[in-house]
Amino acid sequence: MSSPFALFPERASTMAWSVDALFLFILWISIFFTVGISAAVVYFAIKYRRKHDDEVPVQIEGHLGLEILWSVIPLILMMVMFFWGTKVFLQLVVSPADATPIYVVGKQWMWKIQHPDGRREINELHVPVGEKFRLIMTSEDVLHSFFVPAFRTKMDVVPGRYSSLWFEATREGVYHLFCAEYCGTSHSGMTGRVVVMSPADYAKWLSGQAPAGPAGGAMADVGAQLFTAKACNTCHDGRPGALGPPLAGTFGHSVTLADGSEVVVDEGYIRESILNPQAKLVRGFQPVMPTYKGQLSEEEILQLITHIKSLKSVEASGEKP
Amino acid sequence: MKEESAATVNYLNCDYSIRSWLLTVDHKRIGIMYLLAVTVFFLIGGIMATLFRFELSTAAGDLVTAETYNKLFTLHGVVMVFFFLIPSVPAVLGNFVLPLAIGAKDVAFPKLNLLSWYVFMIGGGITLFVALTGGLDTGWTFYTPYSSTYATTDVLSAAIGVFITGFSSILTGLNFLVTIHKMRAPGMTWMRMPLFVWALYATSLIMVLATPVLAITVALLAVERATGIGIFDPALGGDPVLFQHMFWFYSHPAVYIMILPSMGVISELVATFCRRRIFGYSFVAASSIAIAVIGFFVWGHHLFLSTQSVYAGMVFSFLSFLVAVPSAVKTFNWTATMYKSSVSWQSPMLYVMGFMGLFLVGGLTGVVLATLGLDVHMHDTYFVVAHFHYIMVGGVLMGYLGGLHYWWPKITGRMYSEAWAKVSALLVFVGFNLTFMPQFILGYLGMPRRYYAYPPEWQTLNVLSSAGASVLGVGYLIPVIYLLWSLRHGKPAPANPWGGKGLEWTIASPPTPHNFEKPVIVTEGAYAYGEGGHGHG
Repeated sequence: MSSPFALFPERASTMAWSVDALFLFILWISIFFTVGISAAVVYFAIKYRRKHDDEVPVQIEGHLGLEILWSVIPLILMMVMFFWGTKVFLQLVVSPADATPIYVVGKQWMWKIQHPDGRREINELHVPVGEKFRLIMTSEDVLHSFFVPAFRTKMDVVPGRYSSLWFEATREGVYHLFCAEYCGTSHSGMTGRVVVMSPADYAKWLSGQAPAGPAGGAMADVGAQLFTAKACNTCHDGRPGALGPPLAGTFGHSVTLADGSEVVVDEGYIRESILNPQAKLVRGFQPVMPTYKGQLSEEEILQLITHIKSLKSVEASGEKP
Repeated sequence: MKEESAATVNYLNCDYSIRSWLLTVDHKRIGIMYLLAVTVFFLIGGIMATLFRFELSTAAGDLVTAETYNKLFTLHGVVMVFFFLIPSVPAVLGNFVLPLAIGAKDVAFPKLNLLSWYVFMIGGGITLFVALTGGLDTGWTFYTPYSSTYATTDVLSAAIGVFITGFSSILTGLNFLVTIHKMRAPGMTWMRMPLFVWALYATSLIMVLATPVLAITVALLAVERATGIGIFDPALGGDPVLFQHMFWFYSHPAVYIMILPSMGVISELVATFCRRRIFGYSFVAASSIAIAVIGFFVWGHHLFLSTQSVYAGMVFSFLSFLVAVPSAVKTFNWTATMYKSSVSWQSPMLYVMGFMGLFLVGGLTGVVLATLGLDVHMHDTYFVVAHFHYIMVGGVLMGYLGGLHYWWPKITGRMYSEAWAKVSALLVFVGFNLTFMPQFILGYLGMPRRYYAYPPEWQTLNVLSSAGASVLGVGYLIPVIYLLWSLRHGKPAPANPWGGKGLEWTIASPPTPHNFEKPVIVTEGAYAYGEGGHGHG
């Protein structure tokens, strides 16, 4: 994938050069100080080396001006690093709104990936160049971390919650995918590849794939079947007087809770409400929902979430272009 | 011990019985018992490192199994951090030197001092028991829920071992704090104290305040592991990131427990081997305290990608930059101390120069990692591994070896071979850089840490690193040989072989059981070169 003499990994995402530029800036400052101070140490050690055993050098107490100088200059340089680093960080961690979601479940020792249209991949992720993707990730067991060096991005994958990571690939190629958080015996085997393709090749790859996973259909459709099979629709039917709050059109908006506070309906909130319904109760509803803990796999929860997300466009048809 | 008339009676020859060592309350003897213990632990940790560097010389996993590899790096980390780096400078050199440096007969609580050694040995014994009976594979960081629920190794015993060992740190810290407050000789004001004493003071503060949190953390881990009460495992209703906060609330300040005493040693060595009061003494002293205080508020920089809030990440990044300033201040002041001084090229000074180079690289790569936008890419890669080895092995170990060479004549009453000491300092410096410099490149290329097998294009750099490790290994073995040799064949050491100004150099080498034969009265600051006379009246 890369030559044995490379000093930098390939740059294959929109963020890669931003990260490398910042790294080179700090690297050169670091080299300047390392070489400068080391040279001073060696120079002083040679120039002022002890010539006689009873030599007593002139004594110097210190110098306030110098102390201030060598505190303030590093501080200023580091504040530049801080602000620049924070800017790059925010670009790395805040997903653009128009990114296509992809769902990732990590487990000892594999990556299970579901695309919204129902296609599944294991330890492989196929994406086209020039499109933004947002990975919504969780773990079935221990901590993992999704790391693609060529994209200069990484995010921990934590059981019990969702984390996310986004990227836009810029160069076709096959890139390393690593688990970066130690996860047990085959940690170093929890690797895979990210295949970045031209839009045309990607379309060809799509058509060559089975149209749907074993469960059949797009994730939202599978989720809709689950929604009925688990009898979610009994209470969340959206009609006035229903036992559960209406779900259609709520995703991405805030709802008022029983204690008066507000919460934005996102993947994490829906997950929590399925597994621990009483944690954040919507105002005006009774705490009657049973927990679905242990009855749904992480992938099924994600399918339900995509279904609930899709309800927005079905109900609020006026918003459709 | 009662024959005070005999000038040849010293703390070593006053009683040769085993019992007199095992029940000693003499800080000097306890220092030597720590020296023996940490040397054994260092060899154990080093053998593990040697084995996994062998494994990593090929891209595929072949020498040992993946399980064994994971146990090797775990025990390497646990042994080196808890049983070598943390006790090395404070418990060995600190125990021996601190009372001498402030003109005291002993530490404030000599019996507590002995107890802390026994507590340390019990914790170490339990950890070695775990190593011999199946090992541990959680990584030294014990991250949950792997450690609490999934690992099949004996996490419970290891947690108990670490829990117990922590108390030896707490006891030593308490002892040193009280000793520095209450046992200084008349005239030894705070601003006359040697900078090593300042550094030990700052270190002891951290030991006393942070170590209890480690005890709580591993206790909660043990409770979850043993009873299934949900604390950290989300499947039981716990929070795995909470563990990381609690663990690093101790373990980041613990980095300063390791490096601050070494910095203190470096200050002593620079002063003696340049015959110069440390430039900006008060700034160097204050920077130790600043590091100890700010160091408590930077733990979250280990959690930038843990799903911790983005705003918390910003605060922790900012504070991490801030804690780099006092380290920079120290480095500049040491360099300035050399200006127009009289630099001796004796072996301890070579360790100082090695320390300066390695600490600069370690510190500045720490600045790289404190930068939020860069840590995303480099977190959990070999870049981090290389960075903390530059600090904890490059920095701490160079300071420890420099200090050991400096005080060896005082501790043993013998001089070692200066030529071999220079060879060793050079080998350690070259071997260290050859081992860890390639790991910076590997890290930026994306090689994750704790990988048993890796993509074949990274083999060249890994082979370089393993080759460096063997040079480093030789560099560490040589001192064991010539220092032991010196015990029998070394020239007897004079009271003050280096022309040092500390109070420890005003008494015989090795010192008498009660250190000072006459009451000590201090009339001038540390490092009173060029003003005639020694540091006491």
